[in-house]
Amino acid sequence: MRTYRQANWSEPLIFELGSPGRLGITLPELEDEVKKVVGGVKIPESIKRVKPPNLPELSEVEVTRHFTNLTQMAYGVDNGPVPLGSCTMKFNPRIAWDLSFNSGVDKLHPLQDERTVQGLLEVMYELQKWLANIVGMDVCTLHPAAGAHGELTGVLVIRKYHELKGQLDRKKEIIIPDSAHGTNPASAAMAGFKVIEVPSGSDGNVDFEALKSVVGESTAGLMITNPNTLGLFEARILEIAELLHKYDALLYYDGANLNGIMGYARPGDMGFDIAHINIHKTFSSPHGGGGPGSGPVCVKNRLVDREKGIYLSDLLPGYIVVYDEEKGIYRLKGPGPHSIGLLKSFFANTIPLLWAYVYIAIMGPQGLRKVTEHSVLITNYFAKLMNGVRGYDIPYGKGRFRKHEVVLSAKPMADEVGVTAEDVAKGLLDAGFYAPTIYFPLIVKEALMTEFTETETPENIERYVERLKEISKIAYENPSKPKEWPLNTSVGRLDIVKANHPKYVAPTWRVYMKRLKGELK
Amino acid sequence: MSLDMTRYIYNFNPQYEHKRVSCLENHPWIPSLTRDQVEKILRVIGVGDISELFNDIPASIKLTREQWEKLDIGFGKPISEIEAKRILHGKLSKNTTLKTPPFMGGGVYPHYVPPLVKYIISRGEFLTAYTPYQAEISQGLMQAIFEYQSLMAELLEMDVVNASMYDWGSAAAEAVLMSLRVNKGRTKVILPANMNPYHRKVVESYTWPHGVKIVYAPFNRETGGVDVEELKKLVDEETAGVYLQYPNFFGVVETDAKAIGEVAHEKGALFITGVYPIALGLLKSPGELGADIAVGEGQPLGLGLNYGGPYLGIFATRFDMNLIRQMPGRIIGLAESHRGERGFAMILQTREQHIRREKATSNICTNEALMAIAAAVYLSMLGKNGLVKLAEINYYRAHYAWGKMRQAGLTVDLFKWDFFNEFPVSFNEQGVKYSFIHEKLLERGLHGGLYIGDHYPELGETALFAFTEVHFKEDIDLLVESLTEITRRG
Repeated sequence: MRTYRQANWSEPLIFELGSPGRLGITLPELEDEVKKVVGGVKIPESIKRVKPPNLPELSEVEVTRHFTNLTQMAYGVDNGPVPLGSCTMKFNPRIAWDLSFNSGVDKLHPLQDERTVQGLLEVMYELQKWLANIVGMDVCTLHPAAGAHGELTGVLVIRKYHELKGQLDRKKEIIIPDSAHGTNPASAAMAGFKVIEVPSGSDGNVDFEALKSVVGESTAGLMITNPNTLGLFEARILEIAELLHKYDALLYYDGANLNGIMGYARPGDMGFDIAHINIHKTFSSPHGGGGPGSGPVCVKNRLVDREKGIYLSDLLPGYIVVYDEEKGIYRLKGPGPHSIGLLKSFFANTIPLLWAYVYIAIMGPQGLRKVTEHSVLITNYFAKLMNGVRGYDIPYGKGRFRKHEVVLSAKPMADEVGVTAEDVAKGLLDAGFYAPTIYFPLIVKEALMTEFTETETPENIERYVERLKEISKIAYENPSKPKEWPLNTSVGRLDIVKANHPKYVAPTWRVYMKRLKGELK
Repeated sequence: MSLDMTRYIYNFNPQYEHKRVSCLENHPWIPSLTRDQVEKILRVIGVGDISELFNDIPASIKLTREQWEKLDIGFGKPISEIEAKRILHGKLSKNTTLKTPPFMGGGVYPHYVPPLVKYIISRGEFLTAYTPYQAEISQGLMQAIFEYQSLMAELLEMDVVNASMYDWGSAAAEAVLMSLRVNKGRTKVILPANMNPYHRKVVESYTWPHGVKIVYAPFNRETGGVDVEELKKLVDEETAGVYLQYPNFFGVVETDAKAIGEVAHEKGALFITGVYPIALGLLKSPGELGADIAVGEGQPLGLGLNYGGPYLGIFATRFDMNLIRQMPGRIIGLAESHRGERGFAMILQTREQHIRREKATSNICTNEALMAIAAAVYLSMLGKNGLVKLAEINYYRAHYAWGKMRQAGLTVDLFKWDFFNEFPVSFNEQGVKYSFIHEKLLERGLHGGLYIGDHYPELGETALFAFTEVHFKEDIDLLVESLTEITRRG
């Protein structure tokens, strides 16, 4: 086993660096003529800042070193496997960085005349079309900034659909499986719906009988991901769609797990009406330590009102790129009278979308299907190697093949020797791996939700399995040892309880200093 | 459609076409693709072919390889990096190259982005990381985000800043929703009529399902600012929050900001301010004005215009647990390890969707963390004096343009109160449509201001012009000369 040691620079906070009077940037001097014409700053006293902001003063040298050192105490896909389940942490090719971040789009204002951005609009138009084909839908908007933002878009569209049909007074519930991402119920609540949870059966799929018992006249829609968070394909999806549509409820597809079926099945063909796509998962734009993402939403062009000629796509928010045949130019179509409006100020997260364009272009349909095949292949390889390893279990859907991810449970180990999923995670960090998503989905005790994606080499999967076996061995031999992990990361295990304690909690340097000076009320 | 999607493909050595299929047995982004690897793994799993792993997909919806590959996706075939580069450059070259950055703001602005900012956020350890769920191996990332929160806190003089929202509009919408949670039972929110109309639309979309009564407070036609006396008539015990944007959409400095906050507080409503962070080099901070929540757009702090995103939604509150518990978004806080080292951890997570599900304060998960780090790098470079100097450059450049336009006889004094770096120019007197002016400017390689007559019909043929440190004196002179010539010829 290779040994891993993360850098530890004991890097001071930016506020503890620098010296008064230092500057990290050169700024132009104002032209004499400009100074003469303006005379001076005439902002009235009532709103004029007297005390400059208390920002640290550093040279560019110090800023560069500080942030470079900080990067060395972080870990991304560029360092090694990041098998966070449902996060699809695949490789982020640098060619796409080059063609998105260095494309000149950083100079384009979102309200600039459409005729001056024809090249970009053409690219975005094609991307809309490609994405629609990938998910089997009719119309896409690139507007939403993230997956959860796409979900909010989707449930607001569901709300608008029922409002336009005059049935919102009874369509009050959104059904969500208990294995769903936390964003699903949160989005449904933000759209003013009541959340109805349905349980999963032992096969890992939605319990169809239980679903039947909750679907009814008050059902506005269903939010579901397929494959689900257990990595299992919802085999009865067609029956589910039929059931929901019988009550005029809409089906929402959470695209977080698209990497498990791309090229093999499309939400549009499964009966879904609305789907979001996570550009920063399936289409390789980097996650940036938490964002930016991009969450395009695509819909089937279902008729909403025959008389008025309203279609589901008329309800979409934001801007859609359309081609004006008559003038021969691309245009940005803003929200119309039935649209749910704007969910962010302007067009879309263009940079990640350009990234996706490059990725899809280079992959082609053949490559995208291979992506799915290999993400599934790698997952099942991992699951097979983990089969029967002491301390772990793979609950739900015994004997079924997984798609893009698999959820291990450390429950046997936790029950037998008290070593938990969290301890296992820290043990993985010590070997230079990132840990899987832990304690999720909620229906699996001591969950280790693992998604390697097609990015991972079989050798790394084997090393990862070896480490999980080693952790298990240590756990059964010396159960107190894992509690000391991690030892090889830049700091040891953090005291989360203390970090959240009202007497300690410090979300900023400002609060920390106020507390030290006793100024905090 | 006239565009031939396959045109580009044929520019590239068609004699190698047959090799494209074989390249899929070896792609740089899928290491397990080689035949040996596949065979070995399949043997271990115990299946004969990869397709068996997809047998649980109902046949009626399962795509064959042929069906899938016929779909219009990409260029129909895998292509190389070189080809992708050539195609994209070819397409993007159809964007118009302007002589100067656009004289346009309206919420996002052309500003200078130092290469160091871009360099730091391009480093793989940050760029390719996920949300730091595993704290111990992500300390550098968490420290950078904590520093963003802390630098922003100093700029705003607010205590608590979250790790970011999508942009200003969505941050303003979340602030309004938060005011309704904090003031539970109240159903009314007051927004100023001179706030950014795009932000306004976002607030309307977010609040629509919750039966919120949005009341628009009029602005004073003389000063351009919110009228305190008019506002007083609207704020009552039903009001959960009062929003104020400063500088407002017209660029006008809201001189009575403090009084507006007091009006809100008198009735127990939260005072929410929306800010342009660079203006805070010259304007009083939200904290000093008594704001309960501050939101804003971080784009001017080291991000490009990016044609709509990614941007950086700023979100901050005072240190009051009643407010903090209702705050949306992720927060990184100081922590200590069991070994006694200083560290950083995600804190106050019981507000968030992954724990609270439908009871969460927001559904936000992926945010704009990398953009927050960009802002942290930029604010660190500027420091306290740099920020003030930058604000002054913006102020002076815009006031120079204002003075020059006034000398040229253009109508620039729509409002009496001072402005920061943006002001409306009206062409009503000249009797020309702004679209005509815009067209003529474009012919000269200049992009003029943002037409606002559609949002404010009472202002007629009026456009909002913005000026920053990237608009030099000669750029402004060129604009003013062009405007003078265009309006003279009419």
